[in-house]
Amino acid sequence: MKRFLILLKNEGRLSLRDMNMPIFALAMPLIILTVLGMLYGRAEAAPGAPYTFLERSFGAVCAVSMCAGGLMGLPMVVSDYRERKILKRFRVTPMSPALLLAVEVAMYMLYCAASLALCAVAAVCFWGVRLPGHPAAFLGAWLLTMVSTLSIGMLVGGVAKDSRQAGVIASILYFPMLVFSGTTLPLEVMPEAMRAVMRVFPLTQGIELMKRTFVGMQAPDALLPVAVMLMVTAVCSGLSVRFFRWE
Amino acid sequence: MEYAIEVSGLSKAYGGRRAVDGLSFCVPRGTVFGLLGANGAGKSTTIDCMLGTKRMDAGRVRILGMDPVRERRALFERVGVQFQEGDYPKDILVGELCEETACLYRRAKNWRALLEQFGIGGREKQRVQSLSGGERQRLFIVLALIPGPQAVILDELTTGLDARARRDVWSRLGALKAQGMTLLLTSHFMDEVEALCDEICILKRGVPVFRGTVEEAKARCGCARFEDAYLMLSDEREGRG
Repeated sequence: MKRFLILLKNEGRLSLRDMNMPIFALAMPLIILTVLGMLYGRAEAAPGAPYTFLERSFGAVCAVSMCAGGLMGLPMVVSDYRERKILKRFRVTPMSPALLLAVEVAMYMLYCAASLALCAVAAVCFWGVRLPGHPAAFLGAWLLTMVSTLSIGMLVGGVAKDSRQAGVIASILYFPMLVFSGTTLPLEVMPEAMRAVMRVFPLTQGIELMKRTFVGMQAPDALLPVAVMLMVTAVCSGLSVRFFRWE
Repeated sequence: MEYAIEVSGLSKAYGGRRAVDGLSFCVPRGTVFGLLGANGAGKSTTIDCMLGTKRMDAGRVRILGMDPVRERRALFERVGVQFQEGDYPKDILVGELCEETACLYRRAKNWRALLEQFGIGGREKQRVQSLSGGERQRLFIVLALIPGPQAVILDELTTGLDARARRDVWSRLGALKAQGMTLLLTSHFMDEVEALCDEICILKRGVPVFRGTVEEAKARCGCARFEDAYLMLSDEREGRG
């Protein structure tokens, strides 16, 4: 446990020094929230809806930091370590792939939690956002979405040949999910054909679940997204440890 | 157990080109073994295969009686390694790199004392990349010694160090050897090899062309200076003749 905390502290400091994650995982979600807040304010989501537009979008805003950490930050850091032969040096120590990946995942979870806290405070203070749904269910959906998104990052980071390959895969995952899965642009404002396409993105499932639990919509088919995300998490994290590449 | 390191029949080829061919040697506990040869002779490949960071095509390696691939984590609890091109995360501080390395071991040495012993004490708050080449080299030797290892493997031990620092490193390593530590090193400095090594192996295009002591090498070639003997034994030009 002590070694985990020391590694986490060091990785966290390095990440803060690098500034990429503070910008993409902390500032960006706030900016998106602010833009939505300025556009929609306290307007209701639909005429007569019991929740505001912003309340419905809050879950999606939470996913921005998950994308930044899991689809960009985590795979890039691990593959950069591989390319710079830092993993090679770790390989001749008692370090294990599981420990290294767990430290990285924990660090990005902290970013996501910090982003959630920042956005929640801003949303409540400036646009009177309430949580009309089920707080525990929302936190569960948030946790599950985060863990499954980060596990995708573990897999890409764990097995990509070099940082260029990781960068390509990360971009392929990151940008479409960020733009089209309902993370930045609310799903509701898009044409129906587009929505159908977007439903194949795994993150879309998580965001839908977060939205529904946040505003308290009935979610008769919550079982499917939960099952999908649990499976993604188990498969991706298992494969990333099993096929971890040191070099 | 008599030998700290046992290598037998180690072979490795890259796409048909032989890098190391049938190399065998043993290093008794508490001694220093030098692996010598020109650039590209196969020293780093040998070390990579020994440590399991490259897969060997054939051969058997035991370090402290353990298999470096199957017993990796147990082995590297007790073996320190310094690679030729040691790298580190961008922007990491000296103290952070030491702390992060030390936390991986169950019985880590006091790294502040080690930094002090190697003449780079008080640099904890400095970025690793702001150190001079020689200071960084010493830092990586410190990292290899943090586990309090029974054996260390040092690739290109003192490259980039000035004369004074090299002497200091030699005397530190000599003291550790006196305490029973086994060393395997590669070096391009023959004065260093003479000062440290109990036994040497000279590689030429992946094949051992000499194994024995420095004195034996000089006697074999009829040279008064070891460097002349080394050049005679390792020089590629003669081999091509």
